[in-house]
Amino acid sequence: MQGYQWLRASALAMLATGAAFVAAPAQAQGSLVMYCGVQEEWCRAMSTTFEKETGIKVAMTRKSAGEIYAQLKAESANPRGDIWWGGTGDPHLQAAEEGLTQEYESAANKDMQDWSLAQWRAAQKRTIGIYAGALGFGFNTQQIKQKGLAEPKCWADLLDAKLKDDVQVADPNSSGTAYNMLATIVQLMGEDKGFDYLKALHKNISQYTKSGAAPAKAASLGETAVGIVFIHDAVVFAVQGDPIKAVAPCEGTGYEIGSMSIIKGARNLDNAKKFYDWALTPAAQALAAPAKSYQVPSNKNAVVPPQAPKMSEMKLINYDFVKYGSSAERTRLLTKWDKEVKPLPK
Amino acid sequence: MRPVTRFVLLLGWLGYAIIPWYLPDGMSLTEFGWLAGYPFGKAGSALALALSGTAPWLLPIGALLVLATLQLGRSNAASVGRILIGAGLAGLALFFAQGFAITLKGQGLPTLAALLGGGGADTAQGGMGFGAFLTVLSLLLLLCHGLAYRGICRGDIFTTSSIGIIVLLIGLFIFYPVITILRSALVDQAGAFAPAAFFERLFSASIWGLGCVTANTNCGVAWNTLILAVLTGVTTTLLGLACALLILRTGMPGKRVMRLLTVLPIITPPFVIGLALILLFGRSGLFSNLLYEWFAIPRSRWIYGLPGILLAQVLAFAPIAFLVLIGVVQGISPSLEEASQTLGAKRWATFSTVTWPLLKPGIANAFLLGFVESMADFGNPLVLGGNFEVLSTKIFFAVVGAAHNQGQAAVLAFVLLAFTLGAFWIQRRWLGGKSYTTVTGKGDSGLPTPLPRRVTWLAGLVIVPWVSLTAVIYLVILVGGFVKTMGRDYTPTLEHYKTGFSIDFSRGLYFDGSAWNSFFTTIKLAAISAPLTAIIGLLTAYLLTRQRFSGRHLLEFATMLSFAIPGTVLGVSYILAFNVPPIEITGTGLILVITFVFRNMPVGVRSGIAGLSQIDKSLDEASTTLRARSFTTLWRVVLPLLRPALVAALIYSFVRSMTAVSAVIFLVSAEYNLSTAYIVGRVEAGEFGLAIAYSSVLIVFMAAGIGLIQLGVGERKLGRRVAAPVAATPAPAPAIG
Repeated sequence: MQGYQWLRASALAMLATGAAFVAAPAQAQGSLVMYCGVQEEWCRAMSTTFEKETGIKVAMTRKSAGEIYAQLKAESANPRGDIWWGGTGDPHLQAAEEGLTQEYESAANKDMQDWSLAQWRAAQKRTIGIYAGALGFGFNTQQIKQKGLAEPKCWADLLDAKLKDDVQVADPNSSGTAYNMLATIVQLMGEDKGFDYLKALHKNISQYTKSGAAPAKAASLGETAVGIVFIHDAVVFAVQGDPIKAVAPCEGTGYEIGSMSIIKGARNLDNAKKFYDWALTPAAQALAAPAKSYQVPSNKNAVVPPQAPKMSEMKLINYDFVKYGSSAERTRLLTKWDKEVKPLPK
Repeated sequence: MRPVTRFVLLLGWLGYAIIPWYLPDGMSLTEFGWLAGYPFGKAGSALALALSGTAPWLLPIGALLVLATLQLGRSNAASVGRILIGAGLAGLALFFAQGFAITLKGQGLPTLAALLGGGGADTAQGGMGFGAFLTVLSLLLLLCHGLAYRGICRGDIFTTSSIGIIVLLIGLFIFYPVITILRSALVDQAGAFAPAAFFERLFSASIWGLGCVTANTNCGVAWNTLILAVLTGVTTTLLGLACALLILRTGMPGKRVMRLLTVLPIITPPFVIGLALILLFGRSGLFSNLLYEWFAIPRSRWIYGLPGILLAQVLAFAPIAFLVLIGVVQGISPSLEEASQTLGAKRWATFSTVTWPLLKPGIANAFLLGFVESMADFGNPLVLGGNFEVLSTKIFFAVVGAAHNQGQAAVLAFVLLAFTLGAFWIQRRWLGGKSYTTVTGKGDSGLPTPLPRRVTWLAGLVIVPWVSLTAVIYLVILVGGFVKTMGRDYTPTLEHYKTGFSIDFSRGLYFDGSAWNSFFTTIKLAAISAPLTAIIGLLTAYLLTRQRFSGRHLLEFATMLSFAIPGTVLGVSYILAFNVPPIEITGTGLILVITFVFRNMPVGVRSGIAGLSQIDKSLDEASTTLRARSFTTLWRVVLPLLRPALVAALIYSFVRSMTAVSAVIFLVSAEYNLSTAYIVGRVEAGEFGLAIAYSSVLIVFMAAGIGLIQLGVGERKLGRRVAAPVAATPAPAPAIG
């Protein structure tokens, strides 16, 4: 009978595909689900080294910090991840504020830099700083020479009329890097003067990119003369030999604190804590430089990679992570920027 | 009761009494530790759990199965039908009531849970598993069989069952997640109901502003998207049509090469065309450099914005229009054109009065596809957008960006949905109720008319630049994988391929490269979802065009819905909907397969409908008159004639699964990572070399896959004369089935 055959065939097919693909995520002891917020190579180095040293099987997914935050929020009723390692600090703070991550105090806290512990305190022990990177810009040396400009050294230099349509920065609505810049300028110059600066800069911006690090890439390729990014993002291309030079602005600048949090309701809580403790050790933090990541590590005893921008030689502002990381202030600043800066004619 | 209904009952009992009802943690087919305690405990069957009092709310479902089983020996179709309908309906209602009422602790619907025999908010159950799946399938089929017994759809069990299954699938995997996400459009950040905020967001200037007309600023994102989509739809349709006509109707040389070239862009992972365009036309791109050095034309950034996105989308989507239109052009019966010429019409008159009107459904479909694809496209606007914002990227960054505004994303999704559905409606109005049938059961042995010369020239004029540009782009992609840094350092190197695809033979065969894992996963999932998509899509198309039942238009609308929903929104809504019981499948391969199937199904449906509208109903009727059931008619008459549509659906869903980004970027997990997610990561990190190398590997692989599918399915044989033996189509492989 035809109908019979059809039914049997389809039922078998459904069962077979179903059975093959619903192996529920591994829960067995000795596993850890890691959401990783830095670049792939570093993520991979962290997960494989931890796996080698402890025998705990790490299932690692790499996503941007914003994507991980969105995923945590979506999964909050039934968390899948155990640890969220890396990525800029703001979404970590936001997740802490919303109770998506949980408190933890590691024995390694005593070896941490002050900025790392400041982040930990700001988040009520829910997230801790693992690396820091200062904000700045990278410029394409060939393009600047062609334009007959002196090498830009300060925020003010970026307002030069010769740089019209030749500066890139990400859109603060989509990028944590650009929000960090917005908050930095406001803290550095005061809100009114800061917004005046951003309005003046708007005339020179060719494009507000989506991703925070994209302007560095564009500057290294010569698609733009100047890209406002975290300095370590520009250093990556300079180390590769691209014609790009990284600058810490002379007026002073802000910084990000890359963070780590344990996800609330983690199914492998003990392993998450083991990873947390391990990730704060100097040995684990030394994995960054070989993976082409030149941030400053948070453990006082960790070796700072020689290529890393020297934070001690920069003029850093006293960045208020509590105030500018809160969702109320963020929404206010972003709305103001959307109204007063973005719609302006060039 | 017919034997097939008995089989359905058996399935139901299997699911209810024997197979584990829930999806237990750590389930696998090689280790059986998770079965501990069977038939009770976590892996218990519904019957055991209900009788032992662990899950008393499952008992009534069993009772309904008993009721249906009592009808086994009876033969009065009408009264058996009535009881089956009742049992099926009540069973489904109870099943979904308990599934949604009793989920995690403190969630679900406590009042309903208490009513069903649970303890209110305190009872909990995990995600539904195979037992539950079989039981609900059986209940649904019992209902459908009952309806057939009562004479619905001419008493055809196959038809009612297909409708039932498709309605259930669409309800679960399209409507349910979409409702979940749209619900968040109506609440504020804190989760309270706020319709005022909804309207404020909906009518904001950032969506509808007209700054590009009135002042020197940017227009609203809605206008941008609309303009881009219309331009892309029109351009791709014209290109696809020109190409299809040239290939099928002229003696143009190099057809084979052109056919290959036009298919290439579809098998290209997103970002890559945009990337290649930047490397060619960007400010320090290859062409821009040449123009600057030879003609002193200043470098500009024109590629970032509308022109660049349009170019990339046309390159990417014209082949889709081509795939749709070639099936239609092939299906136009030459005897109609011959009749026109016999009556003394010139070539041009024949083309404009016979061929062109018959092309209309294909053109409408191709335009709709281009339009909707452009609206949902995410990769190209991301790379080339500049300050030109479109809805899809704006939605993505509303979800993942620094603002974290899910409500805003839902409102934007709402606007996007309105556009795509509007296009769908206009298309229906345009086609009206005219007949486009050309493949009939009557003798049909004309020769295709060659194109009028004017049309040939025009088509050639459009196509040659397009094909050459495509060729150049692929050259860049190919070369890019083998040089150090495209655009600056052209030292040849194999380094990128080594990083991604090295194989270590020292410890046996060990896939060492960093790309292998995602590569294998992607192939596996795409290969599974392609046939499923084709089956479900064509079956739906068949039901929509060949069967009369109430709610047909609603079904058609529903299939379009998943296409109209941008991938990003679908991805987030899938997480929201399927991360908690009753359907708890995030982090598995299954959710990726389901995403692929329901994202790509509309293509199967569209190409099926376009193909079916050309096949005369008299063929089906002849088959029915000879007492074949609808399944037999479908299998032996319609399906063989639908081969081009089937090929299009298979190819397209396979390829789209392999190149999808926006829908899956939230759904990939550590265990199931996909190529595209990996490539996006490489692009983000600035490792263009590895990204391009990986893309080349994917392109080669997919080209091979397409070749295999085409070889396996073959072309339909329409019994038409062929102009010359040289131009014969490739010999069809033995018919499947």
